[in-house]
Amino acid sequence: MKVQNYIKLEFPSLSANEAFARTAAAAFAAQLDPTLDELGDIKTAVSEAVTNSIVHAYPDCIGRISMKMRIIDENILEISVKDWGKGIENIEQAMTPLFTTGGEERSGMGFSIMGSFTDKLRVRSNPGKGTTVTMQRGLRSRRRGI
Amino acid sequence: MEISSAFSSGRLTVYLKGELDHHASRLLIHDLDELLDEYLPRDCALNLSGLSFMDSSGIAVIIRLSRRMKALGGRVWIENPAKQPYRVIDASGIDRIVPVAISR
Repeated sequence: MKVQNYIKLEFPSLSANEAFARTAAAAFAAQLDPTLDELGDIKTAVSEAVTNSIVHAYPDCIGRISMKMRIIDENILEISVKDWGKGIENIEQAMTPLFTTGGEERSGMGFSIMGSFTDKLRVRSNPGKGTTVTMQRGLRSRRRGI
Repeated sequence: MEISSAFSSGRLTVYLKGELDHHASRLLIHDLDELLDEYLPRDCALNLSGLSFMDSSGIAVIIRLSRRMKALGGRVWIENPAKQPYRVIDASGIDRIVPVAISR
């Protein structure tokens, strides 16, 4: 595994930062010359992961969210979204389609969509300590070099 | 995100423009509730042709709209979704509950 390029971002869990995070992800991915569909999928997956941290990790406060992205093995984009919030007690249940603790504002489809729009999805969580969601997406497009 | 609407002969059409995420959905839920309370429509079309981005927050909005239209005894459907919103609609399977009408 060879890492070609990476970025790290940190921002508070304000819902206004959802748009910032997915736009930043798309801007970083642009160097891999992705198709519009691929860019849309990356923006969607990032929006889901960041929204989960905003809504579920820090339900009653503003906390810290870190997003790391790297390009590995020429054309794989890896995105990792980390928070230090309340964590997930039961990851399997949280990943079940339509399950949500978020009330009527949430659909319970976040993890399903992250899974459909990426090639690999890994969720690690420690209740009371935080959650890290890591996603990988291979881009079929030609790589023009960095 | 911008919301506009048109009402004629019992049909409410709601047009969404821009990006629909969790941040925008809170305002949209409020605006949709107000529109339904005002017009009590028989049919409701949610036109997503001008929506450049939508995540699962949009799915929650659609599920809620469908419940409210069911309570009013009316029908609801999604009209002409742009490409990215359509991929999310398709991945979520929401089109089994709320039909998608495409005319272009």
